Amino acid sequence: MSAIKLNNSYKAVVIGGSAGSFQGVIKILSQLPKGFPLPIIMALHRLKHVRHGFVEALSIKSVVQVTEPYDKEAIKKGGVYLAPANYHMSIELGNYFALSTEEMVNNSRPAIDITLGTCAYVYKEKLIGILLSGANRDGALGMKNIHDKGGLTIVQDPAECMIETMPKAALAVTEIDHVMKVDQIVDFFKELDKQYR
Amino acid sequence: MQDIDIADLKRITELVYQKYNYDFRNYAMSSFKRRMLRIMELKKLTVDTLLKKLTDTPNFIYEFLDELTVNVTEMFRDPSFWRVMREEIIPSILLNHKNFKIWHAGCSSGEEVLSMAIMLKEMGIHQDVTLFATDLDINILERARAATYHVKNMELNEKNYIRFQGNATLKDYYKEENGYAVFNKDLLMNVTFRKHDLVLGEVFNKFDLVLCRNVMIYFNQSLQNEVLKKFHESLFKYGYLCIGSKESLIWCDYASRFIVVNNEEKIYKKIKD
Ligand SMILES: C[S@@+](CC[C@H](N)C(=O)[O-])C[C@H]1O[C@@H](n2cnc3c(N)ncnc32)[C@H](O)[C@@H]1O
Repeated sequence: MSAIKLNNSYKAVVIGGSAGSFQGVIKILSQLPKGFPLPIIMALHRLKHVRHGFVEALSIKSVVQVTEPYDKEAIKKGGVYLAPANYHMSIELGNYFALSTEEMVNNSRPAIDITLGTCAYVYKEKLIGILLSGANRDGALGMKNIHDKGGLTIVQDPAECMIETMPKAALAVTEIDHVMKVDQIVDFFKELDKQYR
Repeated sequence: MQDIDIADLKRITELVYQKYNYDFRNYAMSSFKRRMLRIMELKKLTVDTLLKKLTDTPNFIYEFLDELTVNVTEMFRDPSFWRVMREEIIPSILLNHKNFKIWHAGCSSGEEVLSMAIMLKEMGIHQDVTLFATDLDINILERARAATYHVKNMELNEKNYIRFQGNATLKDYYKEENGYAVFNKDLLMNVTFRKHDLVLGEVFNKFDLVLCRNVMIYFNQSLQNEVLKKFHESLFKYGYLCIGSKESLIWCDYASRFIVVNNEEKIYKKIKD
């Protein structure tokens, strides 16, 4: 952990995940420091036509209630947000969400690339992007966008992933600052939290 | 992929507004930007050649509008919404009117209005209802009139219909021809398709029920606010307005003139003029 230089300039964390990421997300959310100050914005692949259940399942163990934002909802500090089923979720200048039903991207809606890419555009170097386990290449370009804008990039260690395609694709297209196991990501959040106290 | 900055997006929307009288200046930035990048990629254009094409080739505007608008839709999208329509909203309208009027604003390729027609038919009141289906995009209206969809889209439509718990099967309403599902045209007998722009267009009629689902998500908040005023004016008192399941109107000036009838399905009722 000591190798990572952290500071309190970050404004948001964005997480992408697909097949095999659910347990990791649960672990991260359940061990989140109380009062963690940044919004956590998540785009996770999910069944397109099941509107209910997912956010509830994530919320059971999460320290903070997870919500699926409405179109044009303002992003709050410390909020934990999940892209709703069958919508792409973008972040707009002015710090709010915008949803859309555009064509699928990488065979996905929500597409991780869209959420990560718009976060990178809005938060630039003040963003932390995390990409977890997954079976396709969605999210790789988004991670590149984050890196290109000066944000911090983290992928789940492919060795630990149930399916390593997604983090590997990101490692192949851009510079990734840290490769971490989920437990290390949990600690990372704790360290990050300290920077704001 | 190329990028496009806000100044360039403004040049495009200004030109389209000045020359063609379509106003995209208050569309949501992130999706509008993706649409412009998509058009540029599909048509192999840069910002400058796109502007030139819009300036020099008047007919290009229709292609431009067709690509710019997001036409993705489904039959019986959100089946639970349609069950509430059938079990609560339509019966409550019928308490006061045998004949009534419905407006599908932003009808895209027609799946939503066709779903409505099928539901009304199954309720036995198809002949008593007048429907208007409008969109900005004339190409998509042509597709809506044809009521013909690729069979590969039908799997999803069938699934939704089953979850809606209709009293037939969707196959009873169409014939398969060369890989397309061609819907029975009688379903559309009371439907008027027409071009209408929610941003610059006038209020053109009064309705008992307005559906505008997944259209205003492409607008910014100030435009949503303006368009809600038009819907308010287009509704009879105690008429219903339905928006997409992830939309909200609570921040609009006119929100207080509506009550929420069903928050889960985003159905509102006009209670004040
Ligand atoms: C995603 S579709 C919605 C289809 C359907 N209501 C649904 O929920 O599945 C959005 C439609 O809104 C139309 N639209 C966009 N801007 C419009 C405007 N200013 N006036 C009228 N229609 C508009 C687009 O052409 C597109 O067909």
